[in-house]
Amino acid sequence: MFPLDQLALGQKALIKSIETDFLPLKLIEMGCLPGNEISLLYSAPFKDPLYFKIDQAHLAIRKEVAQYIVVKPLLDD
Amino acid sequence: MINYIKVALLGNPNTGKTSVFNALTGLNQKVGNYPGVTVEKKQGSCRLDRVTKAKILDLPGTYSLNASSMDESLVVELLLNKNDPDFPDIAVVVTDVENLKRNMLLFTQIKDLHIPTVLVINMSDQMQRKGIKIDLEKLEEKLNTSVVLVSTRDNSGLDQLKQVLVDYRSIPSVPILDPTTIDQDYFESLSKAFPNQPLYKLWLVITQDVNFNKLKRKKVIDTAQFKTQSQLDLKKLQHRETVKRYQTINQILKETYQLNLDEATDLRSRLDNLLIHKFWGYVIFFLILMTIFQAIFDWSSVPMDFIDTSFARISEWAKKQMPEGILSDLIAEGIISGTGGIVIFIPQIAFLFLFISVLEETGYMSRVVFLMDRSLRKFGLSGKSVVPLMSGTACAIPAVMATRNIENWKERLITTLVVPFTTCSARLPVYMILISLVIPNERLLGINYQGLTLMGLYIIGFLMAIFSASILNRILKSPNKSYFVVEMPDYKLPMLKNVGITVWEKTLSFVMEAGKIILAISILLWFMASFGPGNNFSNAEQIVKHQANNSDLSESELENKIASFKLENSYIGIMGKAIEPVILPLGYDWKIGIALISSFAAREVFVGTLATIYSVESDSQETIKNRMAGEIRYDGTRLFNLPTGISLMLFYAFAMQCMSTLAIVKKETNSWKWPIIQLFSMTAFAYLAALMAYQILK
Repeated sequence: MFPLDQLALGQKALIKSIETDFLPLKLIEMGCLPGNEISLLYSAPFKDPLYFKIDQAHLAIRKEVAQYIVVKPLLDD
Repeated sequence: MINYIKVALLGNPNTGKTSVFNALTGLNQKVGNYPGVTVEKKQGSCRLDRVTKAKILDLPGTYSLNASSMDESLVVELLLNKNDPDFPDIAVVVTDVENLKRNMLLFTQIKDLHIPTVLVINMSDQMQRKGIKIDLEKLEEKLNTSVVLVSTRDNSGLDQLKQVLVDYRSIPSVPILDPTTIDQDYFESLSKAFPNQPLYKLWLVITQDVNFNKLKRKKVIDTAQFKTQSQLDLKKLQHRETVKRYQTINQILKETYQLNLDEATDLRSRLDNLLIHKFWGYVIFFLILMTIFQAIFDWSSVPMDFIDTSFARISEWAKKQMPEGILSDLIAEGIISGTGGIVIFIPQIAFLFLFISVLEETGYMSRVVFLMDRSLRKFGLSGKSVVPLMSGTACAIPAVMATRNIENWKERLITTLVVPFTTCSARLPVYMILISLVIPNERLLGINYQGLTLMGLYIIGFLMAIFSASILNRILKSPNKSYFVVEMPDYKLPMLKNVGITVWEKTLSFVMEAGKIILAISILLWFMASFGPGNNFSNAEQIVKHQANNSDLSESELENKIASFKLENSYIGIMGKAIEPVILPLGYDWKIGIALISSFAAREVFVGTLATIYSVESDSQETIKNRMAGEIRYDGTRLFNLPTGISLMLFYAFAMQCMSTLAIVKKETNSWKWPIIQLFSMTAFAYLAALMAYQILK
């Protein structure tokens, strides 16, 4: 388990926990909730911002926000 | 008798809510502002059947009723206030097929307020391509409401939606989520204290910092046991609420929604691979920018020239139709040319919004935000500042309005404050005439000096915007934490109707907003140039004739002389002379001073004012240029030489000379503080830059 900003490109993971005090509620409402699947689709130069698929939503967030989300990588099948 | 039903359209941004609104109302819509805030209020009407009409309110896009922006607060305020004249009889939540789940969060929240709510699923034509199947009947049963599939692309399902609206009374207003499952103790005591209110409504009143019905909110909060909840505890409960809602929604969708990814074609990833590529993504964005500039400066010159000559003709014609005098002068020179000064910008503004709305409709703009965010953030701006900065090259007014979708207060304010540095098109005529006067039309290694200078001015403007942004970034303290969540919508072909309506509305609002001010100032300037105190002004004719007695002047030369003598002794001429000591060190004389003052209406007035001062008859560039080239300074040297030319160009590049922009900044920031800071700091900087340039080059 590690913070989301360390997820490798193309890798899938499960959201394990979120630091609710720092995370904008908006992100949670868009599906960034523990138990949902997340994958890193693209990153801008310098790995910031990051473009994820979270559940069914496609979102870009900044690295500083991504570190408040802890994920557990899923093994490729 | 016609019955009116009040309908509110709600939904996440980018889910085709506006397409549904446009499909229902066509051009029967009005765009205004909500009182006191700068959120657009879109209303329209639509005939449902022979005896029923719907008054439709297209509310700003919201992800949930937990408001985090001005737009969202407005939605919450309306839905909590039954006495609001816009309070809907029925709420319509619009979603596209793909984002059904997220929109259902909003749907359940609205339904929990005991408002009859139906669900509209747009873009149903895409279902097969995306491999989506929905069990409509079961979904209706689970949600206890009507669910309508529509496609605004092939106009299907709209009649069915109209029928549902007519029968709105049959929609049950039963809530979906039982709040006591979030926190039993808290919500049970809340319901005991206020037994007659929907629980979820009470909860929103407690958590939402909106202007709704202040008294009532106070009453709830003052009640001892609810006051003990800290902000953090409330936020925790909000989180739990969201989790609970998603559990319910997931349960419902499990039985009604099927997604088969094998059937889906992957347009998104193919386009994303290219459009946000670390190298090609930027190349493509650059090419698109070039195309937009080409449109704004090249393609629109044809209609602009046409408008220019047409207004000159109308003004001349009007002068001939009316008896000579003050009234005819006011109409021909004040009102008609003032109106012309606004209309001339319409082609550029329309082109700009055409491009921006196409880029937004296709979903490309979010990719630009993604690409540019990191580099702009260093300067206190955001990826979302790209659209304002781009718009600024046409006009600062739509650019300032475009800052509205930057959520972060500080990033939005900085963008607003620096946007006037970008080279707007009103500066272009000023630059053109000065460049042709003072920069040699020669080439060095195949590069034309004049073209190079113009490009340099654009770059200076942009660098200055970035530079001042980074200074403001250090000075300003942000009251709220930055957050940045950008949705990456699916790529779509733009719908002609939506683009057309956007271009029409934005252009119209520019004409109205800026037009009022430019027109008022034109009339004021006309007045100050047409009247003056004392004998010199009223007896201008005799004085000039007397002076010219011995010289051999033609009739028209004499008339021009009189006009320019009158201007010298008019109120504005006196003002120009009064500021001469201040601008002399910059290399200007009082005549340029007059042109500087007039530029407060709009910068491009500079050229026309000089034409009047130098009593040039025709407005053609060549004649004015020749006249300017011949202008002599007090010491006998040429007035428009290189030092003065450069000094003037720098002054125009940096000074805050546009009253309309100041007015719009005041409106958007809701205080005079920021426009006043802008006016003084930018103009002071412009003065210093021009002073240094002149004194060094002299």
